[in-house]
Amino acid sequence: MNRIINDPEQVADDAIRGVLLAYPDILAATDHPRVLRAAKRRGEGKVGIVTGGGSGHEPAFLGFVGAGLCDAVACGEIFASPTAKSFHEAFKAADFGAGVACLYGNYAGDNMNVKMAVKLAAKDGLEVRTVVANDDVASAPRAERDKRRGVAGEIMMWKAAGACSDEGGDLGQVIAVAQKAIDNTGSVGIGLSACTIPAAGKPNFTIAPGMMEVGIGHHGEPGIAVMPVETARGMAGLMMDRILEDQTFASGDDVAVLVSGLGATPVMELYILYSHVDAILRERGITPRHRFVGNYFTSLEMMGASVSVTRLDGELDRLLAHPAHSLGLTVLGR
Amino acid sequence: MSAGTGDSVSLAAAGPILFDLVAVIVREQGRLSEIDGQTGDGDHGVNMGKGFRMAGERLRAQGEFTLPQGLATLGDTLLSDIGGSMGPLYGTFFTDMAEALDDTDRIDAPHFAAMLKAGLAAVQGLGDAKPGDKTLVDVLVPARDAFDAAQREGKSFADSLAVMKAAAEAGLEATRDLVAKVGRASRLGERSRGTLDAGAASCTMILSALADGLVQRLHA
Repeated sequence: MNRIINDPEQVADDAIRGVLLAYPDILAATDHPRVLRAAKRRGEGKVGIVTGGGSGHEPAFLGFVGAGLCDAVACGEIFASPTAKSFHEAFKAADFGAGVACLYGNYAGDNMNVKMAVKLAAKDGLEVRTVVANDDVASAPRAERDKRRGVAGEIMMWKAAGACSDEGGDLGQVIAVAQKAIDNTGSVGIGLSACTIPAAGKPNFTIAPGMMEVGIGHHGEPGIAVMPVETARGMAGLMMDRILEDQTFASGDDVAVLVSGLGATPVMELYILYSHVDAILRERGITPRHRFVGNYFTSLEMMGASVSVTRLDGELDRLLAHPAHSLGLTVLGR
Repeated sequence: MSAGTGDSVSLAAAGPILFDLVAVIVREQGRLSEIDGQTGDGDHGVNMGKGFRMAGERLRAQGEFTLPQGLATLGDTLLSDIGGSMGPLYGTFFTDMAEALDDTDRIDAPHFAAMLKAGLAAVQGLGDAKPGDKTLVDVLVPARDAFDAAQREGKSFADSLAVMKAAAEAGLEATRDLVAKVGRASRLGERSRGTLDAGAASCTMILSALADGLVQRLHA
């Protein structure tokens, strides 16, 4: 393991310490070491937005706390859900008197910890409503959408919900917008190499040299096909086929596209991948109106990329264009 | 009254059993991670070891504690410091088992049955696992059923614990032939068949250590 770490069991905490030192203008500590909040508070009467998840996906999840995005985040161990207590503390840090929207991904641990935290918050009189992202179209058939994992499409959900709260939306409106954003989003990943949890010391899955795994999950969950590595054009075609056949995209649609590296793929290659994604969309008469290309939602040092496509209506288009500033995402506005 | 009367143990005398639970999980954490690595992400032992070690430190600092006080400390530690799926599942498992001993100073067979029932209810209330889904429920359900059946047959507390321990081990072994239906291993579908479930393995270790500790103290 050639890694820049100290104690393998302290990696998540050590990374949080570094983030707080590097971005004091964006993120602030709370009394709970695994909970961070936006340095600039959203303001009284606004709906608080909370997310959380395992570490190892940086800049997710903490990188999407900031102006126009989330207000607080609960950080777990590497690839493990934050505790119920962390989520509960994050809810408190994001309470501005109008309720809290907890927007997170569909994993067993997160579901349980959020469920317990929502109950704890209810005892304090704090209303928390949730939206569970399930945008990974390769993780289960469409008929079993509730089993699908949440992946990089969560960023669209946080972005839309954050903007809605900024505009003064109430909790019901913020939840509805977050749900719409994730319902309109499909994502697919391709893995080209495995990743290693530092405390485990060795990868728990393998991808043979020269092979790629289509539909791989953000923790190395098996995909739908293992095949020889294709060209960037070929990979874009495979991913877009999956996304476009799953969602009801039609000629004339406007979309937002997010291409994220999985950690070890050069950003340059993400630009190559994006060029083909863009071409495939335009060939079908679909117009990308928002484009995000970079390392947004990673899986430690896995090689590969994910593509997320969100079908837009006027509201989502406006909300995605709303200014935002965090360490993972900055939007200047139109 | 003595620590053990043959059919019950004082909760104060049973407190140190917590150190046996901590010891077995810390000792076996490598094996748990190895089992988990075959179907999950290989961190079950790491997270369990970390949580139980932390609980062990807190218990040592606590000094004197009864069985339910110790279980509550262990449960609280897992709930507040260990996330993932196992933090909340085992966290509520132990805290609810502790609550089942609220109205007594001694643990006898009916109290043990109530404790096991509360633990199982906690796990099933939080997760969606049913018997056959390849989870710790596949150890807890046969363990509870075997203990209850042994009691109905008029077996002693110690003999019922031995029967429960054997049922837990058989339940664990049976997870090998199951296909995971919930949790991260469920993404593997058929490929999860042929391996043990890591949560079921740790659950068996916990139930066995609990049974051994009580049996030792029943005649102390």
